[in-house]
Amino acid sequence: MSLRSNVKGMSAAVRAALVVMASPFGVSGSLLLAQADAGPAAAPPPPSHAEMDKVVHGMWPKVEPGWESRLVQDQTQAVCSRYRNNPPADEANAISEREAATVQRPTDGNVLGNWKEGEKIASNGRGGQFSDPPDTANGGNCYACHQLAKSELAYGTLGPSLANYGKDRDYSPDLAKAAFAKIYNPHAAVACSNMPRFGSQEFLTEQQIKDVVAFLFDRESPVNK
Amino acid sequence: MLAVLLASFAMAISIHADEAGNASKELEKYRDMINDPMANPGYLSVDRGEELWRTSRGGKAVSLETCDLGKGPGVLEGAFAELPRYFSDANKVMDLEQRLLWCMTTIQSLNINEVLARKFGAPGKSSDMEDLVAYIANKSSGMSFHLPLTNDQERQAFAIGQELFFRRSSLLDFSCATCHSEDGKRIRLQELPNLSKTGEDTQRSMGSWPTYRVSQSQTRTMQNRLWDCYRQMRMPPPEYGSDGITALITYLTKQAEGGVINVPSIKR
Repeated sequence: MSLRSNVKGMSAAVRAALVVMASPFGVSGSLLLAQADAGPAAAPPPPSHAEMDKVVHGMWPKVEPGWESRLVQDQTQAVCSRYRNNPPADEANAISEREAATVQRPTDGNVLGNWKEGEKIASNGRGGQFSDPPDTANGGNCYACHQLAKSELAYGTLGPSLANYGKDRDYSPDLAKAAFAKIYNPHAAVACSNMPRFGSQEFLTEQQIKDVVAFLFDRESPVNK
Repeated sequence: MLAVLLASFAMAISIHADEAGNASKELEKYRDMINDPMANPGYLSVDRGEELWRTSRGGKAVSLETCDLGKGPGVLEGAFAELPRYFSDANKVMDLEQRLLWCMTTIQSLNINEVLARKFGAPGKSSDMEDLVAYIANKSSGMSFHLPLTNDQERQAFAIGQELFFRRSSLLDFSCATCHSEDGKRIRLQELPNLSKTGEDTQRSMGSWPTYRVSQSQTRTMQNRLWDCYRQMRMPPPEYGSDGITALITYLTKQAEGGVINVPSIKR
């Protein structure tokens, strides 16, 4: 019980520190923390969950049928947002455990699909946007954030370079399986990762994820050339 | 023709941006072009906006010239530099676009549904909002953003905007922070400003909206920019002029405190 209250206290402090760090009101951290007990400080407290729900519903008062769930945060989204993607250890463990349980590996154990299809998926940034026709195939848009084939110069840098990914791992079958799981749900390995949960959110199909894994691990793939 | 020229010019800028030798020269040319009404189609919006500001419309058949944008009725110089702000008559924090809709309704008795149907212009369909914003924001060009956030509502709007900035949601778990909380990152080849902190990135970004977007051949406002961000974040289209969008604009503008405004700019 005492452990729990300690953790709780630490979380609150972390949260307060985050607020102070990003505060535009020019109050020092210790002053703000001291004032928090005394009464209203210069900066208002972070809005409550209920307040934010109200704001969100004001921003999206009516949505297309089937889109309602996009307004509602699941637990992982809510916790990662609250901690600005830097959760304390206990929260991080809870996230990783919960998200790992959602990963469904191929029943036949084969995680390698067709790398040529994988390359197309890596280049395709469509799907799921209100500007996309409803029957649009979803893409993984890997190139938005990662370097992959060295011949493709238009790659983003939000994520690490994945050039030579399979080659650098000696085409290890175990590491290919780990890559499948990571694309399926990156929070199992890194809680509050910026990367989407492509499998768990059903954005990409199992076959699409296998194709992307092949793009990373096939010896013939330009990623490894 | 002009649009084609601009498109190739904008492309040339991005291609040369990495080459140190050319970059400063190209940027200088680009800055000159922004400020040249003959080269920047955004100034067509400025001119149309001026006309709209002075035109009698709505049930009361009056112009917008008595609209108070925060610095007194009809005062345009420097108004945009201090928005969003709290308005006691409406008892809420408003950005420029929300405030204009409020003035159209209360001063002109204008049916804003028709205005909202054209909130984002398209070929052959100009937008009153984009034109008015271009005109009014241009009256703050050369000035710096200054949001003192002196009352509780303004502070609350900032806090809500900050929370929205970090709020992850929808199919891909994206928030604004996913793309805009680190220095020197890019999506594909597009450079991403770090909007999570005060400083040059945020100042440059916020100080360049409204902008003439060459790829769309339209002048676009911050409401449009955020609508497009939420599109990419796989959210439904956010309500134009909603309090949440104003809160987000309050957060972003405060992050750009002190940044110089130079609008309408030109972007790809």
